[in-house]
Amino acid sequence: MTDSAEPPAAPALVIEAGRADAHYWRDLWSYRELLGFLAWRDIKVRYKQAVLGVAWAVIQPAVQTLLLTFVFGKLAKMPAGSVAYPLLVLAGLLPWQLFSSAFSGAGNSLVGNAHLISKVYFPRLIVPLSALAVALIDLGILLALTLPFSFCLGVWPTWRLLLLPLFIALALLIAFGAGLWITALTVKYRDFRFISPFILQIGIFVTPVGYRTDFLPNWRDWLALNPLSAAVEGFRWSLLGGTTKFYVPGLAISLAATALLVGTGLWYFRKTERQFADIV
Amino acid sequence: MSSDIVIAVENLSKRYVIGHEARHDNLRDALHHTARKLWRRFRWGTGFRTEEFWALRDVAFEVRRGEVVGIIGRNGAGKSTLLKILSRITEPTTGRVTLRGRVASLLEVGTGFHPELTGRENIFLNGAILGMRRDEIRRKFDEIVAFAEVDRFIDMPVKHYSSGMHVRLAFAVAAHLEPEILIIDEVLAVGDLQFQRKCLGKMQQVASGEGRTVLFVSHNTAAVQNLCSRGLVLESGRQRFLGGTADALALYVNSGGPTGGPAVDKQVAPPGSPVRCTSLTVNGSASDRLALTTSAESLEIAAGVQVTADVRLSIETYLCDRYGNKLALCSPGHDESGGDVHRLSPGHYRLTARIQLPRLFRGHYLLDITLVQPYVCKYVSFPCAIELTVDSSGLNWGRMFEDSGVAVGFMVLPGRVTAERLAALDKP
Repeated sequence: MTDSAEPPAAPALVIEAGRADAHYWRDLWSYRELLGFLAWRDIKVRYKQAVLGVAWAVIQPAVQTLLLTFVFGKLAKMPAGSVAYPLLVLAGLLPWQLFSSAFSGAGNSLVGNAHLISKVYFPRLIVPLSALAVALIDLGILLALTLPFSFCLGVWPTWRLLLLPLFIALALLIAFGAGLWITALTVKYRDFRFISPFILQIGIFVTPVGYRTDFLPNWRDWLALNPLSAAVEGFRWSLLGGTTKFYVPGLAISLAATALLVGTGLWYFRKTERQFADIV
Repeated sequence: MSSDIVIAVENLSKRYVIGHEARHDNLRDALHHTARKLWRRFRWGTGFRTEEFWALRDVAFEVRRGEVVGIIGRNGAGKSTLLKILSRITEPTTGRVTLRGRVASLLEVGTGFHPELTGRENIFLNGAILGMRRDEIRRKFDEIVAFAEVDRFIDMPVKHYSSGMHVRLAFAVAAHLEPEILIIDEVLAVGDLQFQRKCLGKMQQVASGEGRTVLFVSHNTAAVQNLCSRGLVLESGRQRFLGGTADALALYVNSGGPTGGPAVDKQVAPPGSPVRCTSLTVNGSASDRLALTTSAESLEIAAGVQVTADVRLSIETYLCDRYGNKLALCSPGHDESGGDVHRLSPGHYRLTARIQLPRLFRGHYLLDITLVQPYVCKYVSFPCAIELTVDSSGLNWGRMFEDSGVAVGFMVLPGRVTAERLAALDKP
């Protein structure tokens, strides 16, 4: 029995209008199992009644890799440097995939869980976070397939691979910040259900997923304003080994932009969260 | 605040802003509204008038540890809003609530059940949603499955469950929560009778045996009466009464019930009903309140009706206790012979039901009268609209039973229904 030893005078919980909930972060921690369950449910349910099942997690990025390789590598004849073009694209696609699936998942998460929001209390942050967890698991699957693929193409891992978790964390933070915004905005304005696919369509070109930035010196700083650029570069740097160079000022810009995104995202989410049950 | 008080509510109010101008579910409306608001400010110096709606107004009460409080009131009285605030789903507009102890709320049975997942998976998911820990669920898993009576189907997706199984499983999970404060919205209205009884038993055990505090919303007056030690009556957002369950229930049943006005005004008919009631008397009295004396052994209900199509009509009368629980039925039209169902062509009629009453204990009763074609259609009903007061029945020892909630058992009363044409009224 873990829960029976309740002290005689249990701490009182006070509910008041506009009260910034002092226990919010503690609550979030105590509801961590729910986070796991929601993510587990989404993954479990997603491939039910799909004949190919989990294969879809691979087919989609594989097709996208081929497409981007064709468009940028063959049609636009962008330089690939020392690695095979598909590998370049794939390394960029990994963080992009993480971002886009977390972003679109988060956007739909609160509206999709409206029945929960209006019937049960839990820190609402759990819902976009679980979308993030789902995206992370997808990334895991993809990564497990990318590594052998890159061995086949002659790229062997170096010590840089050890730093990959940092770039995954960066991509997660970006997705988290953007996810918070899109979640809160979608609850309030359903227009964002239509806007978010747009953002993703544009994003895949604004982010250097299909091309290298070091051949575009004029654009580099502009592209760095998009915090995902640094994540993409970081993935390439740690996955593709020696020849790829890393652009440090870009990382600094990206970190600042990420901090801004997460900070404002949290602020806006917490501000609108109180009304979620009334407007969802 | 004494530590014995686990729920303290102080002048709690909740306001919703309603109306055309206030909600913007899409961006265009929001932008449009903002622009128009600025324009109005600029032109006339005023913003929009917004319509306010107070779902709760100045509610204040305290609940002690181990109490079971029933919250009753008509639809829209603010019961659900109150529960939503107490369970932290929505914020109050003003006021304050202090809760001591772990709260679990059950505003709906099976919140978060996913049809594609199996029963086993849903138990874990639903438990987590209700705030149980994984090891806690694992520990109680067998108990939950046994309670829900679904053991054979536990590894089958819930979408293949019958609705009864679905509800049983959902309630079973909730019933095994172990919070100090349990908040329950109308959830007993589901499931078959046997299961409802089991749930009531479980709740009784939770409340009395384990010393938990329960807040309970229900329209099932019998359940409230059996479970609750106190009752809180809400009426259009305001707290009308807090006190003994019996008094609270009586107040609730009578609000919107008999007022001393004409009984005929209480009729409820579906739109387009070909039957309209023009007058209603009970033992000659047109009021919806009626005193019966010792000598009264029968009721005579006379209904003047206007019929606009060919119908077959009879009168069905329920005798109910003062909480609206049905005690006895008189419906001669339901007899095999069908003799007391009258074929009526358009026109005016008087239908009279003569009902033999059993000897009644002192107290208040309600009559629920319906003009029906038995088995086929209810044309006009008077739901618990007429109050009978029995002053003295010669059974004075019956006083013992007055507030004790003793069930009388259900009876069928003998009686007759007759019809006569009122030709005088048919001539224009």
